[in-house]
Amino acid sequence: MSVILRLMLEFFKTGLFSVGGGLATLPFLYEMSDATGWFSHADIADMIAVSESTPGAIGINMSTYAGFKTAGVPGGILASLALAAPSLIIILIIARFLAKFRENKLVEGAFYGLRPASIAMITAAGLNVAKVALVNLSAYGASGSLTDLFVWKAILLAVVIFVLQRRFKWHPILLIAISAVVGVIFRF
Amino acid sequence: MKELLELYWTFVQIGCVTFGGGYAMLPILERELVDKRGWTTMDDLRDYFSIGQCTPGIIALNVSTFIGEKRRGIAGALAATVGFLTGPIIIILVIAAFLQNFAQLEVVQHAFAGIRVCVCVLIVQAVMRLWKKSVVDPFTFALYLIVFVLHAFSGYVLPVKLPAAVLVLIAGAAGILMSTAKNRRTGKAGDAK
Repeated sequence: MSVILRLMLEFFKTGLFSVGGGLATLPFLYEMSDATGWFSHADIADMIAVSESTPGAIGINMSTYAGFKTAGVPGGILASLALAAPSLIIILIIARFLAKFRENKLVEGAFYGLRPASIAMITAAGLNVAKVALVNLSAYGASGSLTDLFVWKAILLAVVIFVLQRRFKWHPILLIAISAVVGVIFRF
Repeated sequence: MKELLELYWTFVQIGCVTFGGGYAMLPILERELVDKRGWTTMDDLRDYFSIGQCTPGIIALNVSTFIGEKRRGIAGALAATVGFLTGPIIIILVIAAFLQNFAQLEVVQHAFAGIRVCVCVLIVQAVMRLWKKSVVDPFTFALYLIVFVLHAFSGYVLPVKLPAAVLVLIAGAAGILMSTAKNRRTGKAGDAK
């Protein structure tokens, strides 16, 4: 079997079985690393760092990287498409189903419970980012002083961004770009 | 064809700025798809996120597929999904080919420390926008708190970390039970009249 086909098959499987966000692909990536040797465990650790500093989820990034390393640019593209294919097919089926059964009592009931659960998880995701972006636990641990717990310049930036979006309706993409520049200038 | 291209290009842009697990894309989707183009509603977006959490694959991709499908069927789903993938694929190809220590570059680290602050605010903004129609009564508020604690602190309150998909399935089942119970109660009240 050609390398590209094997790549696509492996990443298709990963896409099919990893449920719930990019990090869910990690266990599959470690298995694939052991089974194929396409990339090392150190590559995975590096890719986690890269994924945190580029757009796109770790699963997509790893598939692009592994595909490129083993089979060049076509490998990178095809492996990524293979990763996305299972969810694409499943969502297409669900979208059809949803259009038909939207008014169904059971579906309505399920969403009644899903909605608060969904935003609870979004809140938790926000908390996770805030833990890295707005507080400095190690400085707090070292000094024990509450003023060291918060990264004040980050909190100031957060307040400014919040106001710019809420009150002045600045575009989120513009706000992301500004935050990157502020981060570089003020050495966040 | 023109609309497919527009769909593709919109998601290329969204894919290039989606940092931090897909949720930060919500305010961007709201601005680009709900406010500017009227392609979908905030309620639909929220439901797509709910479903995207319990189906295989990356949430941001699942949401892209949903929106594309709603707009232009299968072709639209492909255009949106491939569009979303385009940016990340090109970026990783460039990094893999030229920038071995990309994530260790000082300027990159500072830029992304800044971006993470913005992502935080965007996520808070997303929660605020969705709150009113999701947390509508004591039951949904309780469900919100329970899922939040289990998801954010499951390592502390439970011996094992519950996967998001399991929480979503439990919440869906709880919703069905609660709304059935409610319907039965109001049904009986109706009979009594």
